[in-house]
Amino acid sequence: MEARVIVTLKGGIFDPQGEAIAGALGDLGFYDVQSIRQGKVFDIVLEKGEHEKVQEQLEAMCEKLLANAVVENYQINLLS
Amino acid sequence: MPMTICKNDNITEEVICAHGLRIDEYQKIIALIGRMPTLTELGIFSAMWNEHCSYKSSRKWLRTLPTEGSCVIQGPGENAGVVDLGDGKCLIFKMESHNHPSYIDPYHGAATGIGGVLRDIFTMGARPVAVMNALRFGRPEHPRTRHLVTGVITGIGGYSNAFGVPTVGGEINFDQQYNGNILVNAFAAGIAPTDGIFSSKAEGIGLPIAYCGARTGRDGIGGATMASAAFDGQKRPLAVQIGDPFMGKCLLEACLELMASNAVVAIQDMGAAGLTCSAVEMGAKGNLGIELNLDTVPVREENMTAYEIMLSESQERMLMILRMGKEKEAEAIFNKWGLDCSTIGKTTDDLRIRVFHQGQLKVDLPIKVLGDAAPEYDRPWIESSKKTPMNTASVKSVDDLGSALMKLLASPDQSSRRWAYEQYDTLIQGNTLVCPGSDAGVIRIDGDEKRALAFSSDVTPRYCQADPYEGGKQAVAECWRNITASGATPLAATDNLNFGNPEKPEIMGQLVLAIKGIGTACRALDFPIVSGNVSLYNETNGEAIPPTPTIAGVGLITDWAKMATIGNIKEGDCLILIGGDGTHLGQSIYLRDILGKSAGTPPPVDLAHEKHHGDFVRSQIKNGCVHACHDISDGGLILALAEMLIKSGCGAEIDPGSDPYHAKLFGEDQGRYILAVDSSKVSFLIQQARTAGVMVRHLGIAGGKNLFVNDCFTLPVPQMVIAYERWFPSYMKDKSAC
Amino acid sequence: MQSAIIQFPGLNRDHEMSLALQHITGRIPYRIWPTETVIPNVDVIVIPGGFSYGDYLRCGAIAARQPVMRVVHEKAQNGVMVLGICNGFQILLEAGLLEGVLLSNASLKFVCREVKLEVLNTDTAFSCNYRKRQIIRCPVAHHNGNYFAEAETLKRLEKNGQVIFRYAQGYNPNGSVHDIAGIVNAKRNVLGMMPHPENFMEEAHGGTDGRALFTSVLRYARKELFI
Repeated sequence: MEARVIVTLKGGIFDPQGEAIAGALGDLGFYDVQSIRQGKVFDIVLEKGEHEKVQEQLEAMCEKLLANAVVENYQINLLS
Repeated sequence: MPMTICKNDNITEEVICAHGLRIDEYQKIIALIGRMPTLTELGIFSAMWNEHCSYKSSRKWLRTLPTEGSCVIQGPGENAGVVDLGDGKCLIFKMESHNHPSYIDPYHGAATGIGGVLRDIFTMGARPVAVMNALRFGRPEHPRTRHLVTGVITGIGGYSNAFGVPTVGGEINFDQQYNGNILVNAFAAGIAPTDGIFSSKAEGIGLPIAYCGARTGRDGIGGATMASAAFDGQKRPLAVQIGDPFMGKCLLEACLELMASNAVVAIQDMGAAGLTCSAVEMGAKGNLGIELNLDTVPVREENMTAYEIMLSESQERMLMILRMGKEKEAEAIFNKWGLDCSTIGKTTDDLRIRVFHQGQLKVDLPIKVLGDAAPEYDRPWIESSKKTPMNTASVKSVDDLGSALMKLLASPDQSSRRWAYEQYDTLIQGNTLVCPGSDAGVIRIDGDEKRALAFSSDVTPRYCQADPYEGGKQAVAECWRNITASGATPLAATDNLNFGNPEKPEIMGQLVLAIKGIGTACRALDFPIVSGNVSLYNETNGEAIPPTPTIAGVGLITDWAKMATIGNIKEGDCLILIGGDGTHLGQSIYLRDILGKSAGTPPPVDLAHEKHHGDFVRSQIKNGCVHACHDISDGGLILALAEMLIKSGCGAEIDPGSDPYHAKLFGEDQGRYILAVDSSKVSFLIQQARTAGVMVRHLGIAGGKNLFVNDCFTLPVPQMVIAYERWFPSYMKDKSAC
Repeated sequence: MQSAIIQFPGLNRDHEMSLALQHITGRIPYRIWPTETVIPNVDVIVIPGGFSYGDYLRCGAIAARQPVMRVVHEKAQNGVMVLGICNGFQILLEAGLLEGVLLSNASLKFVCREVKLEVLNTDTAFSCNYRKRQIIRCPVAHHNGNYFAEAETLKRLEKNGQVIFRYAQGYNPNGSVHDIAGIVNAKRNVLGMMPHPENFMEEAHGGTDGRALFTSVLRYARKELFI
């Protein structure tokens, strides 16, 4: 089974990397860019299992390690 | 195991060329082994016979360098040079280039450059204690330069900061001749017990060969070949390796732990040309054969061929010959540090390298031939036409010499490098005594009450271009002088020779003459070259870099409480000029950056004068007479003094002497120093100098907040500080640092 | 006084930390491997700076989840002093022994320089040998030292006197909120800070303002001070 976990900074948390990238895109002529927030993507391959259980397991992974709840949100997408 | 080679590879002329080999070199291979090579064997020959590994264009001339001295334990030929520090300790050091990869991928190129040179020294048993980097970029306005500067500097910091070694010095220069070929020269030094130096020379038959560290992937295949080919400006081989400082640090700790347990017979890091180069070198040096079974090599990717495994340049890997029965012990230590350790072969007595993969014999070559029989060329060379000396009287003096100084302070090449070195951890290990920004970086010898080490790296490419012989001499002399200015006794040096395409006689001439200049200076100053690296083919579309023989040297301070630094002038100190007044403006910074011209000959280095005056300065520092000291180089007396005042936060009143003032202030005559001396000790020092026949002059008094140059100008030091600190952050568009 | 250093792979300021502890306590600190589940009886547990596990994922995240950290938690609950410097601070935050998070420096660059700190609270085991409001010199060397916590947490930390070190005006090297350089937990026996007092212990380091932190710990351990 494959899953994709996306971890993003919560709104309101300063994201200097996102700002730097937005600035660089502006320098390249992409004037329409209003803001960028940078995040992380984890592509995870798991043993086959019940949808709900896998979902639960992934949530536990996010809570325990993949995301820092103080500043980050996460989103889980089960791909297959 | 089958003992006959499989013969199904189709080696065409195209394949040979793609391996950077010439047809006559291929014919030589056939003659040597008596048959056609397999593709893997061709790859091995290509890796071993390229310029990077074989020094085929430079070997003849490198042999002329002085490599011996009273403190030298190991000269060129091992991974790094070794000098004795006494007290059962030695210093192991080396400088290496990572030019082409850093141009293609500045972050990873520079990071792996640092990683590679660190591995070179800890392979020999040293714990790394200092790194430096000498960087040359294209002109600041070139569209790629800013990107390259950012990438290279963050890459160097990214590796060395995480690895945990302080950056203590370096150089950054800009010149349009580096537009298409930047230079990233990385230096590393480490300390080892004198009775615990490890060699790559194999000893003993039937001993296990262990592969330790990171797994092998397809990265950097053909990297050593890339490092020996000129760019065409279009095609960029995708051969950049990715470094991992975390794994590098674990590898260091695991290797030192295993070395301490007396399990290691010989060790060689897998750098350029990977497993091939390390296996061949270990066997050839020890007059032994090597047998490898690639099925046991830890790999990261699927379906890797023998060719790929043998030539991969994956980072953070070591090859070791272990004492019999020590395999388990090695495995336990490496596994503890999260690293792979696998026995992949054994030493044999038949002087051949045999490689098995998936039940087939893929390589069966005579081992000595790969290194010893590598082609050596006596390439034709010519001396470029000599420049005409300039008459100082013919050089225009600008009306406002104070503005000229301000302009230089805020110029790309002379301004503060703080923006760069604050991105490096300069303090880690807790022994740093002098951070970047002085003449030499200085660190304490760990655990030693008094003694310290000084490091500097230097070269003035515009001098080398105008006169490679004098430029070669000057690079050595300036390095020696910078070490001396800290109060250290220079011990030995490493050279990193960066040049264009040696197949062109005028480039080969630059290389030959620069080596001759280096040799002459090293002999006169008792400053042997104990390790080094040659980087040729630094050309893009036929445009070569200026000759850039970087010299990095080390020195020993017997009591750091008495060392001198650039920024320790005290209010009321007397400023003393050693070595004579400025006269020489040919190839000077004044000429280039104020008048916009490049002309004349570089300042000649009188080596007897250099030694005599340097020895005097060092003796005065050791006597505790000197608060601050700085050598005079680019920008002459006034730039040197300005740097001292900026770093000391102090003004001065000086007498420049008589007209022509531009030559007095900006002349780049060699072998000179400014000393700041306690006023109570000045007459003693001047007396001593006169007795010793040293050229000495009272320059002025330190104090106040202004730099007052009699008859010329007055400048407030705080304004000089702003000018000096402004250029780099504003060029990098760094708002946080402005 | 006896101390222990947790030896996560990738940490690299353990050498000078060990020397600093040895210098002040006269005893060589224990070295504890991250897979260990027992820590001998000590007065202070120290997590030094560096790049534990390469700082991959997030700084300190992987170290914070190693078996040894459960023991550190227990010991902290029992009142043992815990000191985390630089990466050690990041690890303590990730492990939940302290509140907040350390983000990438606002400049997005690694920064190594000397800064000035103000000592805000001298009523702790880590700062009792400083003077209140004292301005001290101390070097920083990090890429992720930009302290952040939610408004409520900040308010509580400030009110409880849990902010021990603040970057002096004009010296904030990383964009930390409220110029915070070092904080303690509510019980005041766990300190995390970004600057490196262990790099400022003797004249050779250019200054000795870091010593008082270690002598404070010693004073507390010898029960010369009750907090």
